[in-house]
Amino acid sequence: MAFTVKIKRQENAESESYWQSFLCDGNADMSVAAVLNEMNRRVPLIDADGSGADPVAWECGCLVRKCGACAMRINGLPRLACNTFLRDLKDGAATIEPLSKFPLVRDLVVDRGIVFNNLKTLNLWLDGEAHMSDWTHELRYQSAKCLMCGCCLEVCPNFSPGGDFAGAVAAISGFRVFDQSHQSKHLGEVAAAYRKRYFEGCGRSLSCHDICPIGLPVEELMVRSNAAAVWGR
Amino acid sequence: MSRPIVIVGAGLAGLSAALAAAENGIKAKLVSELPSERAQSVMAEGGINAALNTKGEGDSTEQHFADTIAAACGLAAPNAVRGLVEAAPDIVRRLLSLGVQFNMSGFDDIDLRNFGGQRKKRTAFAQSDTGKQIMAAMIDEVRKYEAKGLVERYSHHAFMTLLLRDSVCCGCAVRDCYTGELVPLDGGAVIVATGGMHGLFGNTTGSLLNTGAAAAELFRLGVPIANAEFIQYHPTTAEHGGKRFLISEAARGEGGRLFVMRGGKPWYFMEEKYPEFGNLMPRDIVSREVWEHGKSAQVFLDMREIPSEVMKKKLSGIIDDCIAYLRIDPQKEPLPISPGIHYFMGGIQVDGRHRTVFPGLYAAGECCCQYHGANRLGGNSLLGAIYGGAIAANSAMDELSDSAKTTMPALPGAAAPQEALNKLNSVMQSSLGIVRDRETLVAGLAELEGMPGNLPLLGRAVLMSAVRREESRGGHFRSDFPERDDDRFLRATVARFDGSRITVSFEKIQEGR
Ligand SMILES: Cc1cc2nc3c(=O)[nH]c(=O)nc-3n(C[C@H](O)[C@H](O)[C@H](O)COP(=O)(O)OP(=O)(O)OC[C@H]3O[C@@H](n4cnc5c(N)ncnc54)[C@H](O)[C@@H]3O)c2cc1C
Ligand code: FES
Repeated sequence: MAFTVKIKRQENAESESYWQSFLCDGNADMSVAAVLNEMNRRVPLIDADGSGADPVAWECGCLVRKCGACAMRINGLPRLACNTFLRDLKDGAATIEPLSKFPLVRDLVVDRGIVFNNLKTLNLWLDGEAHMSDWTHELRYQSAKCLMCGCCLEVCPNFSPGGDFAGAVAAISGFRVFDQSHQSKHLGEVAAAYRKRYFEGCGRSLSCHDICPIGLPVEELMVRSNAAAVWGR
Repeated sequence: MSRPIVIVGAGLAGLSAALAAAENGIKAKLVSELPSERAQSVMAEGGINAALNTKGEGDSTEQHFADTIAAACGLAAPNAVRGLVEAAPDIVRRLLSLGVQFNMSGFDDIDLRNFGGQRKKRTAFAQSDTGKQIMAAMIDEVRKYEAKGLVERYSHHAFMTLLLRDSVCCGCAVRDCYTGELVPLDGGAVIVATGGMHGLFGNTTGSLLNTGAAAAELFRLGVPIANAEFIQYHPTTAEHGGKRFLISEAARGEGGRLFVMRGGKPWYFMEEKYPEFGNLMPRDIVSREVWEHGKSAQVFLDMREIPSEVMKKKLSGIIDDCIAYLRIDPQKEPLPISPGIHYFMGGIQVDGRHRTVFPGLYAAGECCCQYHGANRLGGNSLLGAIYGGAIAANSAMDELSDSAKTTMPALPGAAAPQEALNKLNSVMQSSLGIVRDRETLVAGLAELEGMPGNLPLLGRAVLMSAVRREESRGGHFRSDFPERDDDRFLRATVARFDGSRITVSFEKIQEGR
């Protein structure tokens, strides 16, 4: 199956962006990540106009939706390249751009450092042994599955990388901290930071829930984190 | 104030080292090309071994020791393995207290599953996402020390070279992958935890982040690589997107069976030939059997008899992944499989305390050669990464140097161009199959001759190690020397580079320096 991949490219944060298309041949079950890898292995890499091109900069690791590295905008939506298959794309064409909410580094690589920094400034860790209730085991498991890929922040109307609002990642990860902590000063601090940096800023659009590329129960985790942080339940 | 420890690699081994340092009040600089969440450790599915004996099978650390040593075919250092298996139960209980969502059974007991080469149920697991679940809890715990300033992250930084003074390691130079800037990191010790050398082959089950570049640079500088020819093929993998897709051993641990069609009926060849362990023989043996049978027929993994309750509670991720990536629902159809490169038993040579030959330089996790000998048991590498990382950090803290001031060293040449990398990958794959012989290995070496760069240099060391080991043992099978030869080769293979040539020698199995 022949198809075209159109990629938004940019040398660095200061330079102008431009579009470049590549012709590919593969089967419908290939992922976009597999396509990008195949392209970057070509020597030389030639674009659809016949000009030589530099390899496309992007991040990937596992290729099986476990590491979150490969998040990008594919045909307008933030998705994992390794979990987006050609069979699912309309018209056999893929238009690929970097996530737009994060500072651009090069081509499809953006700096998602803010995601990790937010978890740190929210003090999200356990202070003391995990208290594990059987009832919430599955939800804690889901909480720990978050890939920190940034797709939920990309679609969030309230998140901006310069702002204070930490986005759904805080609610997802926050759940296992609230659920497993004993009453403590630390827990009180986490709850206070959470209310300010998440609860008060969230407009409940729930676009985060719909976009999560691995289908986490974002809404449920959020409701429960809110209950714990706001009402102490 | 002591000088910090620089840790390169933020997978399980790197995180474990950072925690051990920070808990002792020693600052760790934690370097990785991408954040911990992206490390290969998150891909581990099946579980982590510890003789917790929660299933009433009379398991013991002694038995864990015996199984590990047997699988290693004489090449694992007994003292090191003893330390590993004895620490295992406390390591897993500690993980539970950090909030790892292990599957539980009965009243507050950690559930255990069968895994290859083990006589008892010994593998603790969190459904089929054990690595990710462990990593999430470890990352949370390390974050506590980040906030206290005891762990400083250098994410998006790649290892370039060591800072050495008279072969004492005083830090390393890293490159900011975002800006290209070269950053010298001063440290009283350096722990390398950069994962396996998957990038030499390009199409393994492992993460594409584990290029082997750091190990290759250390090798160029004169750090020996041990047992490099021992490469584990996982018996049940499939091709997807130019990489090997893993179907975890947990599938067989929970009852999956291997077969080929014979006379119109499935033939469960492993069960017939190995009545005791059946489908759960150590991986070297299963892979060779699958390879052998695969020459004339397609080999299948049959999971259809696994009860749906077990599928749902213990293997759900595997089912979803097979449907997404292979377009096969293993509950309904058997999966066509073939062996693929999965794990590197060999790597940077370390002693029982994870010290390399350079004072101040340590290595832990899959990048080093420790615990697994000629063949690793599934579930022992997550354990080895956590344990080894902590041992390396403890050794580093005991020996922290306070000399400083080095000058920026000469950097290695540019990374191999794509064309060279493609060639290296194809040579490594075709020369180092499950079954090897002198002719193909020597032909592979000839093709790499004269190729510039660190990775081809490391590739040559792996091939030369395989040429020199004229016997078959564990993960190294030579069709021209099909027997095990203890007289000549009950020893570790050690490859060294002296700046102009690679030499390979065989050394006694160490008991610690
Ligand atoms: C699919 C799969 C399933 C597995 N399942 C199991 C299992 O069930 N049980 C088990 O025990 N084992 C399993 N393993 C093996 C196990 O996952 C690994 O051996 C273990 O996670 C290795 O941990 P590590 O810390 O050594 O390295 P990794 O987790 O690979 O981390 C390496 C780190 O080094 C960094 N890095 C690499 N190169 C550089 C560089 N040049 N500069 C800077 N940073 C660098 C990376 O970014 C990363 O942070 C599995 C492996 C795979 C591939
Ligand atoms: S490459 Fe890991 S999630 Fe896509």
